[in-house]
Amino acid sequence: MSGVRRAVRRAPSAWPWALAAVVVALWGYAAAVAPFPFGRDAGHNLARFLVEMVSFLPAMFVLVGLFDVWVPRRVVERHAGPQAGPLAILWMVLLGTLQAGPLYGAFPVAVALWRKGCAPRNVFIYLGAFSALKIPMLTFEVAFLGWRFSLARTAVTLPVFIALAYVLERLLPAGVEIPAGGEGPGGVAGASVTKEAVAQAER
Amino acid sequence: MELLLVITAVALLASLVADRRKTRLAVRKGLMMFMGLVPTLLGVLAAVSVLLAAIPPATLSRALSGGGVAAVAIALLAGSVALIPGFIAYPLAGVLKDHGATTAVLSGFITTLLMVGVVTLPIEIRYFGRRIAVVRNALAFAGAVLVAAIMTIVLR
Repeated sequence: MSGVRRAVRRAPSAWPWALAAVVVALWGYAAAVAPFPFGRDAGHNLARFLVEMVSFLPAMFVLVGLFDVWVPRRVVERHAGPQAGPLAILWMVLLGTLQAGPLYGAFPVAVALWRKGCAPRNVFIYLGAFSALKIPMLTFEVAFLGWRFSLARTAVTLPVFIALAYVLERLLPAGVEIPAGGEGPGGVAGASVTKEAVAQAER
Repeated sequence: MELLLVITAVALLASLVADRRKTRLAVRKGLMMFMGLVPTLLGVLAAVSVLLAAIPPATLSRALSGGGVAAVAIALLAGSVALIPGFIAYPLAGVLKDHGATTAVLSGFITTLLMVGVVTLPIEIRYFGRRIAVVRNALAFAGAVLVAAIMTIVLR
């Protein structure tokens, strides 16, 4: 009885492994037992995603760690904090467009910026630039969809996501906190963050 | 991708020269964050692998090739759910264009693909909390509709 209860309690942390095991099983079945395009494709997709993830995420996180240790809070606050001027938009767009990789790679950077005192709107501008305007990807877009389409899309998207970032900031309650991380095993952030959040709350 | 590795390597070296202890702390922090994300990420990627295998690109391109509101709606939804790397998404969009997809379909698909991540929502929630993650995605979806509309007017 208690075993069942324990299993249920643990289920949320087991689902990723179970899903991955299913994909591997499908792929194994396709490879070893019978040709089975669905299983083969699923396995190949997972392998491709994992390679993509391993090839850039650790470097990204190390960079975030270095940022966390070296960049003083007041520097971020001065350039992109709530009191920073419109120039902050330029910094955020530059920071976002120069990186590569899927959007989930930008989340740790965004959270690190936020914790260092970056205004929420600027965090969302960064996310917008990262997702929609990556310069390495623009060359791809031009090659397949043409200059006219790519430039028009860039020119239209830029003001739209900047506006969305301001709207999003207005929608959030004042002084909103993001999860402090570290809850449960393998929280997304170190303990120093919670201390920082406490210090911020005291101010 | 290579640029990121180069920048990280240079920053790491500079940091090592400046302060060994601080560098070790930074690397450990970064890798701990990475390890914390691995399970969620693995689950999301496994789910997407199955989804992507279940809907072959050919099916998608047939559904999106027509014009009309239905095609735009499908494009917006497909782009929101899909997690397709750019080096596959743009060639796919090129195929759609050759098959007669309209500007609204193309820009709707690409914009939601880039800015809305329904399947990566579990990851986003871990970082930002449920409320911010959901609102950000909803707004990004609305933004994509707006972009598709403006693009249609601009590129007529």
